[in-house]
Amino acid sequence: MNVLVCVKRVPLTGGKIVLTDDQRAISTRHLGFTISPHEECGCEEAVRLIEQHGGTSTVLTLGPPEAEEQLRDMMAIGIDNAIHLVSDGPEEWDPQATATAIVAAIQQAPEPYDLILFGNESADAGNYQVAIRVAHKLGLPVVTGIKGIAVQDGTLRLEQEVAGGRDVYEVPMPAVVTVKEGINLPRYPSVPGRLRAKRKPLDASSPARPEPRLEMVKLVLPPGSGKQAEVLGDGPQAAPAVVTVLTELGLV
Amino acid sequence: MSVLVFVEDPSDELSQQALTFARTLGQDVQAVAINDRDGYAPAAWGQALAAAARERTPSSLIAPGTDRGNEVLAHVAAELDLPMAANCTAVSPGDPVTVTRVRWGGSLLEEARLHGSPALLTVAPHAVAADPDDAAALADLETIDPAGEAVVRVSERVQAETAGVSLVDADVVVSGGRGVGSSEGFAVIEELAALLGGAVGCSRAVTSAGWRPHTDQVGQTGTKVSPSLYIACGISGATQHMAGCKGAKKLLAINPDREASIFASADYAVIGDLHEVVPAISAEIRKVRGG
Repeated sequence: MNVLVCVKRVPLTGGKIVLTDDQRAISTRHLGFTISPHEECGCEEAVRLIEQHGGTSTVLTLGPPEAEEQLRDMMAIGIDNAIHLVSDGPEEWDPQATATAIVAAIQQAPEPYDLILFGNESADAGNYQVAIRVAHKLGLPVVTGIKGIAVQDGTLRLEQEVAGGRDVYEVPMPAVVTVKEGINLPRYPSVPGRLRAKRKPLDASSPARPEPRLEMVKLVLPPGSGKQAEVLGDGPQAAPAVVTVLTELGLV
Repeated sequence: MSVLVFVEDPSDELSQQALTFARTLGQDVQAVAINDRDGYAPAAWGQALAAAARERTPSSLIAPGTDRGNEVLAHVAAELDLPMAANCTAVSPGDPVTVTRVRWGGSLLEEARLHGSPALLTVAPHAVAADPDDAAALADLETIDPAGEAVVRVSERVQAETAGVSLVDADVVVSGGRGVGSSEGFAVIEELAALLGGAVGCSRAVTSAGWRPHTDQVGQTGTKVSPSLYIACGISGATQHMAGCKGAKKLLAINPDREASIFASADYAVIGDLHEVVPAISAEIRKVRGG
């Protein structure tokens, strides 16, 4: 089977977000980059499915030239090849534009994909819609928030966590599925994996960005908690003060 | 200017909040639910709502920012080829409609314009408090049927095995981070959680290292919790983690690093190594209880 996984390069934000002066982006001068945890699990799942059933895995991103780093990272854990839709500037692509570009890339692929994986939502924008838009444009079924995938005779059995249990969906392939972290525990890339990744095929192209219809105007930091932590003490000597607080809260 | 609201569950606070939020756009609000007799079918539900939007031409179509609310509205957006804004905290009418929406699980907000009509948006959980009158109004709710053939439909519900206090419902959560150091290191966290009748949580660093299962993870890509007290042990306070515990009423942080960002969100702080502090707290609780 052929599996495609779509990922997005995002900054590793750490403890405190700092914005650029124009308030249109996060200041990334001191930050590393990664992809969403959901998408990392999507790549791991693709590698496992190919190990199990045979076929080819491909990772796709729409992002700046530097996003090649994330594509190579995913090829280092076992993805076979990559598609890089190189974005033309610092401006964000809205969900409709992103879905259109991904659909064009899928339609140009040499072989059709049986399964197209996304993260349930991106770590940064969290728009919750690109996968569904891609599925609609391709006329494919789509299931979201999946934490278990089993493939049998061209059918997917998909498990989704809901309050009180798991909902099960059975859909025919080809299909679009969004996954959540917890579906698996992604492996770390090995040194030979990293070396192999450098030589794996990467297909780059530069689609033009249409005008956004969900137009970001500016980013705003939410008002601070305004909290000033009450220091209860240093080390184990703080225990009586902690228990006083627990008693006040009615917990002891 | 009418507003159409998709009600996922009339008894759910988040659906009630969506209705209250919708009223900030005007008083002509129609609330509809989808007949779930045949089980949840996201695309068919989206098609039904898209048909209702074509027929009734509301200025906005609003859904709760739940898993299903976001999913169904995204199907409507794809069907009508309209933009959609997920998890909004505020909306202003106009042409275009402007919204404030949540990014990074709430660590950042975005102001955005929605170029399309009707404006499609979902409401971030707890962006507004539900008006009791709106909750009451949902007792008498219009229900529409799903549309089209449902290829994707829930075929089975597997019940979860319940063991101990669940993370979502716990009144106290004791969480460990990278500072715990190992799977075995969680023994002291488990002991304190048990003494307080609470649940054990952890940060993403812990689940990535394989020390705890992902079901214990509190965070943007884990479980969102809202206990009376959250005790964060050896957790630095990355945005990924804070997105999961910002609903806690009180937060106690135990960390040896005075500069750790977790302290900026904490109500109470203990500066120290959790391996010394947490057992001392457990011992003190036993002493106070006379055990």
